[in-house]
Amino acid sequence: MSATVVAPPGVVQRALRGTGARFGLVIAALFLATTLFAPLLAPFDPYEQDLSNALSPPSAIHWFGADQYGRDTLSRILYGTRTALLAIIMADGLALLLGGSLGLVAGYLGGRVDAWLMRVVDVLLAFPYLLLALIIVAALGPSLTNSVIAIGIIYTPQYARLMRGQVLTVQAADFVVAARSIGANRMRVMLRHVLPNSFTPVLVLATLQSGAVVVETAGLSFLGLGAQPPSPDWGALLADGHGYFLTAWWIATFPGLAIFLVVVGFNLLGDALRDQYDPRLR
Amino acid sequence: MGSYAASRLIQLFFVLIGVSVVVFVTMHLLPGDVAQLLLGDHATNEQLQRLREQLGLDQPVWVQYARFMQDALRGDLGVSIQSNRPALADVLAAFPVTLQLALASLLLACLCGVPVGVLSAVWHGSRFDAVVMTLTLFGVSMPIFWLGLMLLVLFAAGLGWLPVGGLMPVGLDPPRLTGMSVVDSLLSGDLTLIGTSLRHMLLPAVTLASVPLALIARITRAEVMSAATADHVRTARAKGLGDARVVLRHVVRNAAIPIVTVIGLQLGLLLSGAVLTETIYSLPGLGRLMVDSILSRDYPVVQAGALFIALLFVLVNLAVDVLYAALDPRISRA
Repeated sequence: MSATVVAPPGVVQRALRGTGARFGLVIAALFLATTLFAPLLAPFDPYEQDLSNALSPPSAIHWFGADQYGRDTLSRILYGTRTALLAIIMADGLALLLGGSLGLVAGYLGGRVDAWLMRVVDVLLAFPYLLLALIIVAALGPSLTNSVIAIGIIYTPQYARLMRGQVLTVQAADFVVAARSIGANRMRVMLRHVLPNSFTPVLVLATLQSGAVVVETAGLSFLGLGAQPPSPDWGALLADGHGYFLTAWWIATFPGLAIFLVVVGFNLLGDALRDQYDPRLR
Repeated sequence: MGSYAASRLIQLFFVLIGVSVVVFVTMHLLPGDVAQLLLGDHATNEQLQRLREQLGLDQPVWVQYARFMQDALRGDLGVSIQSNRPALADVLAAFPVTLQLALASLLLACLCGVPVGVLSAVWHGSRFDAVVMTLTLFGVSMPIFWLGLMLLVLFAAGLGWLPVGGLMPVGLDPPRLTGMSVVDSLLSGDLTLIGTSLRHMLLPAVTLASVPLALIARITRAEVMSAATADHVRTARAKGLGDARVVLRHVVRNAAIPIVTVIGLQLGLLLSGAVLTETIYSLPGLGRLMVDSILSRDYPVVQAGALFIALLFVLVNLAVDVLYAALDPRISRA
């Protein structure tokens, strides 16, 4: 992995100088603002049914049209940002916690512990990522929380590998050797010195993954294995649209556009951060 | 080379044991009472107890795992609750559909991605390059289930040029030889069948090819650009060779190894994407079978499908690694 370098100062600021990165930052900011202000921005209640308006096309009242129950598509998309953000925080958080801990322990303790933990990681990598998510959801049962847990688990190996690589680099640094030589115990060295200095690239990975998390959560919901009706989840909205694509193109078009925009934003942001960490790509 | 392949085979053995443990644990320990699930809510306690004994569910976990592995090695992965056929038979019947979709997409992704990437690198910094880079960013960012739906809205519902889904129209099936509709149609030699099967395959293949195509174009561009600055290329130019000859003979050839690897590693992406693509286009493939089985709680089929796909994935990755080592001797020596 590219990011096995201790973070140079000012790297984030430098990364955000490019046009692409700024564009990404604007999209990410708009996305976050929408999650906060969805109730103010949405013209209708996302759950409110109005059968007289069922499948009505985009108009001055319903900008993005209405679905099969007459619910306003725009309002449902705006509220859908909340599910998407929740998925990013929970799935990334879980992967960070599980993968980060695995990588930290494996890299720091080394030897047999390292060998065993990395074999566990290899086994998880032996599944195509969506298949692993499918069998985890099959076991836990279809729901938004379970689909997010599944996505967190499928990303764990990447975090574990990156963290392990970072820890191996950092623990050879002089300040770690110095801390050990003055008699600091293993736990203290690991948590106070190694962990904080290994963490930045892992956070960059989390940014890079955010777009993918949105797509995969929506994908599982689209398959009926994630968020369940009547939740205004982007994937579930697309699944509704799938049933009506011959007559009502707007139900699937706009939620998909929302996913696409958010993913482009996070990818641009992630690319810029990655380029800063990997001088070969500059 | 031989010792490299051998060490990879030993690793493979342990990975496969791990894969079987993961599938066994998720399918057997988490979902609650399998006997209740199989017999339904109206089963009596005696019936449940009898089935538990029959399935070995009253045994310790490691005994259950050993029995599961023994059966799996004999090709017995249980009976589907839905179809009442052996679970493995259902999986094998659906597999050709997924294989055909994956191969068609990979072919499309390579045929478009490699030339586009090479041209983008040769004309690096041009308007063409900028357009390609933007389109590939879109390609990797666009959720394929949305792209699939939009293609359906446009070409099937709007323009009416292509069918809305399925492998073939009802009643127009080629004689089943391989289970792959396009291949079977080609083998039948019937032009109507060939045309129909290709028309049904076009949108799914384009949908599934979008992400690998973008990735292949990007990696090709990067590799060709880095190979173009190598010393031997400068020498070739100094000798007075023409641009086309330098690019084809000296640059692309040296950039080929990493590109081939990336192409080989698209399989996981294709298998994952197939699940969504098959759902959008109502194709009776492995991905759709898995999702339907999860929704109807048909665990033997989920288990058989998961083991089959993981085994396939691991074997193809092994083949790519060994091939890579054969192409680049530095790897097996490392």
